[in-house]
Amino acid sequence: MVENNRWVKVSSHLILLLGLAAVIFPIYIMVIATTHTGPALQRPPLPLLPGDQFFENLKLVLGEGISTAGAPPVALMMFNSMVMALGITIGKIVISLLSAYAIVYFRFPFRMFFFWMIFITLMLPVEVRILPTYGVAADLGLLNSYTGLTLPLIASATATFLFRQFFLTIPDELLEAARMDGASPMRFFWDVVLPLSRTNIAALFVILFIYGWNQYLWPLLVTTDERYYTIVMGIQRMLNVSDAVPVWNAIMTTAMLGMIPPVVVVLVMQRLFVKGLVETEK
Amino acid sequence: MLKRVHFRRSYLPYLLVLPQIVITLVFFIWPALQALYQSLLIEDAFGLSYEFVWFENFIALFQDGSYLYSFKITIIFSAAVTFSAMALGLCFATMADRVIRGSSIYKTLLVWPYAVAPALAGALWAFMFDPTLGIISSFLKSIGYDWDHRLDGTDAMILIVIAATWKQISYNFLFFLAGLQAIPKSLTEAAAIDGAGPFKRFWTILFPLLSPTTFFLMVVNVVYAFFETFGIVHAVTDGGPSNSTSILVYKVYKDGFINLDLGSSAAQSVILMVIVISLTVFQFRYIEKKVQY
Repeated sequence: MVENNRWVKVSSHLILLLGLAAVIFPIYIMVIATTHTGPALQRPPLPLLPGDQFFENLKLVLGEGISTAGAPPVALMMFNSMVMALGITIGKIVISLLSAYAIVYFRFPFRMFFFWMIFITLMLPVEVRILPTYGVAADLGLLNSYTGLTLPLIASATATFLFRQFFLTIPDELLEAARMDGASPMRFFWDVVLPLSRTNIAALFVILFIYGWNQYLWPLLVTTDERYYTIVMGIQRMLNVSDAVPVWNAIMTTAMLGMIPPVVVVLVMQRLFVKGLVETEK
Repeated sequence: MLKRVHFRRSYLPYLLVLPQIVITLVFFIWPALQALYQSLLIEDAFGLSYEFVWFENFIALFQDGSYLYSFKITIIFSAAVTFSAMALGLCFATMADRVIRGSSIYKTLLVWPYAVAPALAGALWAFMFDPTLGIISSFLKSIGYDWDHRLDGTDAMILIVIAATWKQISYNFLFFLAGLQAIPKSLTEAAAIDGAGPFKRFWTILFPLLSPTTFFLMVVNVVYAFFETFGIVHAVTDGGPSNSTSILVYKVYKDGFINLDLGSSAAQSVILMVIVISLTVFQFRYIEKKVQY
């Protein structure tokens, strides 16, 4: 270690602690807000210590939601978010594994053409093709359905690249041996390639789950029926109540529930998360 | 690019790429082409009739004060978010790289905001800045600043910058920390022996050596600020007050989806496409360079 200067060390810790405080402070305030009644939050000054309304708030948002704001119960939105996040994650991983396998292990006409076609999706996020994509989804009858929430998002250039990159590092000898033993391409995929890709799949799973759970614009477009609202886009209904005071205790409880799944995934699988983040550069 | 050994030629590889290609064609390439085509048309709101007008939509956009204003705001917004998120990320990463004890705890506690959805991050900060009962806004009131992001455009902009920055610091922190840890310790040690203090070492050794990371992060942060912050704007300010936070992505959505001005929205989509494509190309040229040495 270079530094023997005590002050440098102390000040480093101090700055880090300040940073931590700034990062965690909003969360603290959120948690406090989940433990008070709505009226208690509307009388300034805001309480800084927890109250005893946590379970009431939880029961309120999970079971009933805020019907005046046109938002369905949070339990339903959580379920929808989970379906969407898992659908997107699994869908992306499956189709990317398959196409990367084809591109690396087969020589066939238009191979590179397909590769570049997949690459192009990187440059076309939902945000730049809002209306036509909505039009396609509408024409296919995908509005207000779980298929509509997931299917249009499961093409993935980053996942395909990652798997392609990884497959290229698998020694050729494995394939030679497998062919000598008469293994079919799919057999080789199941018995060799897939088990070897386990860590990569897990790392990608973490990143893609967060990506899927946090989708906002797409669910906003394809759902008009509140039964299909996801929690991340549904909270907007509670925030934008015209001519009324936002019901902060319910909003904060909803926000907390909406961030728990992805945050828990990051904290529990931190190593895989960092690996996935660095490899996909997402 | 390709394995030495292959499977025999068959229909199988086509079957394997089929799902990905179908989704790409149906939900990505076809809509993008449609956006290109529609940007050259003027259509009535019901889609009953249209007229081919070449680049009229684009010309109209660049003569439209509200679009230029949205462009200006987007640039201010993304510059503010990129700069503050990167500066703070770098600052924390440098500190975490210096301390030995507890650095993994700091890391754990600093990374998770990445997982919070932008809209939820926006909700958190909207609560703290709520004009009547927010904890920060009442503090500001006590020192004489009358905060109200529902009426004041500047306040609204500051609010979304803070929310967007808060979420992005962790990403920059992780990449900067990885970059710093890849720099050989011997370099800083040598400089320390020569009598360079911590500040001098940072600016003359660490910061220049980090430039590939900095460059990469700059592109990522700009893309983030341009596109992924839609949730914050839509959920918290709804583009207001009086369009002061109506960034480009929000405007495409609003003009196309709410105001049903299809030609203009399509033209705006095309402009955004050009921006994403240039940023992506920029980023890939950088990655190529990184691979070379």
